Amino acid sequence: MAIHLRSAEELEKMHRAGLVVHEVLQALRGIVRPGITTMDLEKFAEEQIGGKPGKSAFKGYRGYPCTLCTSVNSEIVHGIPSTKRKLREGDIVSIDFGMEVNGYFGDSAVTVPVGQIAPETEKLLRVTRESLDRAIDKMRPGNRLGDVGNAVQSWVEQHGYSVVREFVGHGIGTKMHDEPNLPNYGEPGRGARLQEGMVIAIEPMVNAGKPDVRMRDEWVAETADGQPSAHFEHTVAVTANGPWILTRPKDATGPSWL
Amino acid sequence: MPRPQDDDKKKGDSGNPKEDAIEVMATVIEPLPNAMFRVELENKHRVLAHVSGKMRKNFIRILAGDKVAVELSPYDLTRGRIVYRYK
Repeated sequence: MAIHLRSAEELEKMHRAGLVVHEVLQALRGIVRPGITTMDLEKFAEEQIGGKPGKSAFKGYRGYPCTLCTSVNSEIVHGIPSTKRKLREGDIVSIDFGMEVNGYFGDSAVTVPVGQIAPETEKLLRVTRESLDRAIDKMRPGNRLGDVGNAVQSWVEQHGYSVVREFVGHGIGTKMHDEPNLPNYGEPGRGARLQEGMVIAIEPMVNAGKPDVRMRDEWVAETADGQPSAHFEHTVAVTANGPWILTRPKDATGPSWL
Repeated sequence: MPRPQDDDKKKGDSGNPKEDAIEVMATVIEPLPNAMFRVELENKHRVLAHVSGKMRKNFIRILAGDKVAVELSPYDLTRGRIVYRYK
C-alpha cells in the first residue's frame, strides 16, 4: 500500500485535530495526582471533548471501549481505564489519546508522573522523551524510515533500556492507522524515503528492563519482567522546512514534551 | 495509540493468492496452443484454462472431452487452472 502525501490544506485539518488532542492531554496532565482512578481521567477527557468538534478516535476502534488508553507502570500501552485502578504516589501513567475532526486524525501520548517518583523512573521518562525528540528531528525530506526508528533505538539502548517491538508508530491521516508502520528500531539508511507531506505518529515505547511483552488480555500489553515502561507520542508531518509537530501549537518550540 | 506490528497479516491467510481459488468441475472443449484449453464449466461458462505446473511435471495429458477440475481466481473469472484430470 502506498503512503499518502498530505497537502498543506490537509495538514492544517490534521493540525486542528492535533490541537484538540494537545489541549485535552495538557488538561489531563494537570489533574493527575495520587488517589484518582484511571476512570476519573477517562471521565474528565469525555467532559473535555464534549464541547469540542470531532470525536474520540479510540472509542469503538476495533471494539476499544474508551476514549483514553491509560497504562500504569509496567503496562506498556492500551491500558483500559477502570474505577479499580487508583493511581498512587510514585506511579507513572501513560495517557494516550486521539481525535477525529472533520475526517482527519491526530494522535498523541504522554507519560505523567504521579506525585514524586523515583529518580530511576524520572530518568526513564526523560530518555523516552528525548528519543521522541531525536526521532522527530529525523522527519525531514530525503531521510528514511530507518533513520527515524534508529534515532529512538540508539538513544534508548545506550541508556540501558529497551524498545518494544510488538507495537509500532504508524502513518496517520484520514485513518488512525495508515501506512507506513514505523518501528522504534531500525537501521539508518533503510526503509522508505521520507517525502514532504508524509505524516507519521511516532511513539517510542521504552521498557526499563527487557523488551519482552506479555498480553494480559486482548488489549492490555505489559512488560514481561514487570519493570516500568514509558510512552510518548506525537503526530508529525514532514515538510520542506523540517518536521512539523501537528499535536501541539504552531508557536511551541523546544522539546516536544515538557 | 500504537499499532500492533503484525496488524496487516490477517489470521489464517498465508498471503498466497493461489489459496483463494475456487475449484469447479469442467469439461475440456478444445486444446489451444501453449498448453491452454478452452473448458466448459458446470454452469455452462466457457473459460480459458492452463495446465497446473504439478500436472505438467507429471506429464498428465489432457484431451478434448476430458472431465477436469479447474481452479478459478476470484479476481479474473475468465481464466482458470486445470488441477486434476478425472479418468
